[in-house]
Amino acid sequence: MAKIKPRVKVPKKAKAGEIVTIKSLISHPMESGQRKDKKTGETIPSDIVNSFKASFNGETVFEVDVSPAVSTNPYIEFTLKVPESGTLKFEWVSDNDGTFEAEKKITVS
Amino acid sequence: MTIRLSRREALVIGAAGTAFFAAGTPAFASQIDDAISAFAGDAEIMDGKVEVGAPEIAENGNSVPIEVSVDSAMEGDDMVEEIMLLADGNPNPQVATFKFSALSGEASASTRIRLAKTQNVIAVARMKDGSIHRASRAIKVTIGGCGG
Repeated sequence: MAKIKPRVKVPKKAKAGEIVTIKSLISHPMESGQRKDKKTGETIPSDIVNSFKASFNGETVFEVDVSPAVSTNPYIEFTLKVPESGTLKFEWVSDNDGTFEAEKKITVS
Repeated sequence: MTIRLSRREALVIGAAGTAFFAAGTPAFASQIDDAISAFAGDAEIMDGKVEVGAPEIAENGNSVPIEVSVDSAMEGDDMVEEIMLLADGNPNPQVATFKFSALSGEASASTRIRLAKTQNVIAVARMKDGSIHRASRAIKVTIGGCGG
């Protein structure tokens, strides 16, 4: 199993009330449940990251329910209206590999 | 009424059925309707307002960039709660559902999706006032992206 690693891109600084774009990516095979094992002919069971959530200072900003139709290494981009300095937390929940987290600080200047 | 098949006809029908399943069963229109009515409830579905940004031709169906957005102030009652994304030619129409908040600032999100073949991607948005808006976009896929 390849190592699952989340990556996020968040601006370090923002003005109060500014809308910033947040980019996130997690390395995950996103096995769709549609593929067949070439040797045995058996269907490979689905194994995906099924949800994504971002919260700022504990308040939910953005959530996604993810289906197998999302590509390998799911990339999600969304926006945040920065109210104040704080921490943006990311959480991915996978079917079989547990939960992954990342966080970044944003400073309002 | 009974339909009598000769052995040859039966074989042809059987083979066609097998080929159909081997190619992956596409989502049925009823699955799309069910998903939309589960999302929309009793609200009337209006066309427009939602934007689906995607390439007209996707060379690789394994990773097609999609952007969904609704022009909304994201304040007070003018707020987008959720946008559901469906693909009508995939084995399973569900793609993703994006849930926004007042902290979103604007109702816009992007991701990359799998498309099994040339098809329509449908975005359905639910506003805070309960109104439902939908838009769809046809995407041509050169190489399908569901494995197998």
